Amino acid sequence: MAAIYSLYIINKSGGLIFYKDYGSSGRMDTNDSLRVASLWHSMHAISQQLSPISGCFGIELLQADTFDLHCFQSLTGTKFFVVCEPGTQHMEGLLKHIYELYTDYVLKNPFYEMEMPIRCELFDINLTQAIQKDRVALLAR
Amino acid sequence: MQFFGGTEISPVSAGVNGVGEQRPHDQDHKLMFGLLFSLKSLTAKMDPTTPDKANLGVPQLPGQGCSFHSFRTNTYKLTFMESPSGIKIILVTHPRTGDLRESLKYIYNLYVEYVVKNPLYTPGTPIRCELFNTTLDQYVRSIS
Repeated sequence: MAAIYSLYIINKSGGLIFYKDYGSSGRMDTNDSLRVASLWHSMHAISQQLSPISGCFGIELLQADTFDLHCFQSLTGTKFFVVCEPGTQHMEGLLKHIYELYTDYVLKNPFYEMEMPIRCELFDINLTQAIQKDRVALLAR
Repeated sequence: MQFFGGTEISPVSAGVNGVGEQRPHDQDHKLMFGLLFSLKSLTAKMDPTTPDKANLGVPQLPGQGCSFHSFRTNTYKLTFMESPSGIKIILVTHPRTGDLRESLKYIYNLYVEYVVKNPLYTPGTPIRCELFNTTLDQYVRSIS
């Protein structure tokens, strides 16, 4: 049972800076996750251009046959997206929370270089906790 | 890639505040095709339930691999359906509309009834069937 399958964070130029898998079958290798991330970046950009009215900020939710993809773009262009089971609720809240964790534990880390892959232990720990909490909340519902 | 028909129902196409630049429709069609094709290969690759997946970017036959049925942005929602023969039906609507998969099936039915069963229609050419156009218009207007 996994409500959330995986989490990606991509920087403003489409490079994958964080990827974590939470139990999807057939885990993607590093090359594939990089490719998928940059493909998502371009699809996000094209969806903005195709909007019938102006002021479009790109795809927020993609519903596929076997999963849902929720995407949140920060003001600086960093994109956070989770792949979860179809119909999972309250993912926007979780994404915003992950963004908070990112600003607290990654951006405020003096050793972190902007736009580079995230390797911060505290971020990992807190992220795991946030996702666990989300799962517990889901089970309780 | 060929586009058989496209009807603008919404009066606000390309820019409400007069800021939206007028793009040639031809380019929109290409963008749309590229978006759908790539999203399909993306979903096929991302599918978390099957362990063996084809490589990213390999064209998939209709019905093969995990596909998607809709996506939503803050300004519009796009619902997509692909028939077993590869006909793709796309509906662009207001972001807060519900599940439109049944409507797409109904539109596909209309296509079968009024276009495929039309003896004068050659498969693969643009649709010029008046009956189809009027019924489709009526139906799409009735959805909203």
